[in-house]
Amino acid sequence: MPTLSEAASKELLGAFGVPFPPERVVGSTDEAVAAADDLGYPVVVKLGGAGIAHKTERGLVRLGLGSAEQVRDAGTELLGAGTPDDGDVHLLVAPMLRASRELIAGLHRDPQFGMTVMLGVGGIVAEAVADVTFRLVPIEPVDAEEMIDDLALQALLGEFRGEPAVDRTAVADVLLALSQAATARGDLASADLNPLLIVGGRPVAVDALVELR
Amino acid sequence: MAGAGPGTDADTDRFRALFEPRGVLVAGASTHPGKFGFVSLHNILACGYEGKVFATNRDGAEVLGVRSVAEVDDLPGGEIDLVFVCTPASSNADLLRACAKKGITAAFIASAGYGEMQTDEGRQAEAELVALADDLGILLAGPNGQGVVSPPAKLCAQIVAPFPPRGHIGIASQSGNFVSSFENYAQLTGVGVSRAVSAGNAAAVTVPDYLEYYADDPETRVALAYVESVGDGWDFVQRLRHIAARLPIVLVKGGASVGGKRAAASHTGALASDDRVFDGACRQAGVSRAGTIEQAYDIAATFATQPLPQGNRVVVVSTAGGWGVVTADALARTGLELIGLPDDLRAAIDAELPPRWSRNNPIDMAGGETRDTVPKVLELAASHPDVDAVIFLGMGIQANQAKLMREGPFWPDHGLERIVAYHERQDARFAEAAASVSEATGKPVLSATELAITSPGNAAPAGVRVSGRLCYASANRAVTALDHLWRRSRWLQRRGLA
Repeated sequence: MPTLSEAASKELLGAFGVPFPPERVVGSTDEAVAAADDLGYPVVVKLGGAGIAHKTERGLVRLGLGSAEQVRDAGTELLGAGTPDDGDVHLLVAPMLRASRELIAGLHRDPQFGMTVMLGVGGIVAEAVADVTFRLVPIEPVDAEEMIDDLALQALLGEFRGEPAVDRTAVADVLLALSQAATARGDLASADLNPLLIVGGRPVAVDALVELR
Repeated sequence: MAGAGPGTDADTDRFRALFEPRGVLVAGASTHPGKFGFVSLHNILACGYEGKVFATNRDGAEVLGVRSVAEVDDLPGGEIDLVFVCTPASSNADLLRACAKKGITAAFIASAGYGEMQTDEGRQAEAELVALADDLGILLAGPNGQGVVSPPAKLCAQIVAPFPPRGHIGIASQSGNFVSSFENYAQLTGVGVSRAVSAGNAAAVTVPDYLEYYADDPETRVALAYVESVGDGWDFVQRLRHIAARLPIVLVKGGASVGGKRAAASHTGALASDDRVFDGACRQAGVSRAGTIEQAYDIAATFATQPLPQGNRVVVVSTAGGWGVVTADALARTGLELIGLPDDLRAAIDAELPPRWSRNNPIDMAGGETRDTVPKVLELAASHPDVDAVIFLGMGIQANQAKLMREGPFWPDHGLERIVAYHERQDARFAEAAASVSEATGKPVLSATELAITSPGNAAPAGVRVSGRLCYASANRAVTALDHLWRRSRWLQRRGLA
């Protein structure tokens, strides 16, 4: 099943209201520096492309770049790291967001129940913790609220390490946006918002991966 | 098959023919007491079915006093609604055609030899039977099923025991064994059954079809279902959601862990086990999913006999300490709240009990109760506006002592006869008080004691049984059941269905 690039995944899901950080897709290091200057430092630079699914595993993500020089170096390295299998590649420049809480959300087409929407506790231990909940698409606002209630780690959703409580309505809106995307786009096979960072209490998806049927 | 449910008046009539037939025919009645064709006829006759009973038998033999005929053609027309089929699969097509001519509109096929064989022949025979029944306008239950039970009609058309007491739980199961299990629990607890059917291979009529009939059945207050496969999962869930808006559904799914995690490229897919997806679907549809068979019966019996709580605020009333503490722990694991005791309630109870009572929730009476204290405290707790439900613990202690006295060497002298009568009267009274307080307030009041199992004749559990309610075998089980009632209440409230 084909996957979309991170930028194309975000464009698709963003159209339904999934919140993403302001980002720039550029083709050169000069443009990357200009984008970083515009967004403000520090920034994240990633190598993107339709053939690139697992950026972190391949070392194609550079975090916390604090200067134009660092962005230029990172951009040069990343563009050089692309392989012929990756096809057309680009640089994705985004502001570096800091958050102590991560959720995960997504879509999964179940062979028996059809499209499902998921919410869970994210981070590198997400699969081990498996504090996740599913619903069948489409969901109503009340279903989205109940999905948030389902999570066992409710303490994570309250005020946490000096950060405000999670805006539950905003999280519910992310789930509803995913459900709407799944309903409107019958060609979706899956989607990951991983991580869905909680920044100032509000959810922001800093990565997205859409798989088509 | 989505089309087999009671969608039209004619469909509803056919389900009524299954559950409330005017007359029943056992096809393939046997003189051998080990055969299904004997046992089913025996059970129909032995359990008091009041309609006419007919039988066919190859030799036209008399079975259990019923004069059978060799051919359906020799039976009267218009007197039989249901045929219970024990004949070999190969003869069932002709049988159904003959039955249709006599006005029969429902068939329960106990015969095996169909899809369960996992052969092309078996599957084809099943498909042909379904198509034929459809043509003939006959509702086809089974094949390869255990039977159908309908206590309001005193009907026990099944090839196994028991015949459960009459009540309000409507059972449909993909496994006949679990129909028996639920019926056994009905006998044990006294919380009875409205309808029970083993779907067998569910070739035409599936579990959701039965549940749809139950949703409009005045005898049924809660559906209790066991399923293993759900076919088109999305369709299954949508249908259950529509039913759940009108009727509580308690569901156990076997094989929920089979398959486990699927290979998936996405993180979401890696987290999407069958069990998690099914669990979410049940929550979405308002279906009360039980983890085990006994839990399912507890929950269904609670829906059948207790009002829904309007909120999650619980008071625990106990005659002694430990029970209350453990129950508080159990409540903490649920969405129910063990509230702090309102000041006015505390003051009202102060007037009823010596000062050593707990003065908080759980209300531990600490043995300070006198003759009328327990009913009074139950009434005070349940009628308080800040309380949504009450759990009552510690019944039956005195009646248990009474049993020991009654069975001991000093009975009935030394004043034993009189004190035993008093203890037993009191425990029966407490059970009655729990039910009457619940009725008066419209709030659930759940009574729990292990004596329900260890000594069901004890006046406390026996009294609960007489009151028509379930005596929970432990406080934990009462808490779990109450939590499911609260979840449903909240599901209805949040969707404007309450």
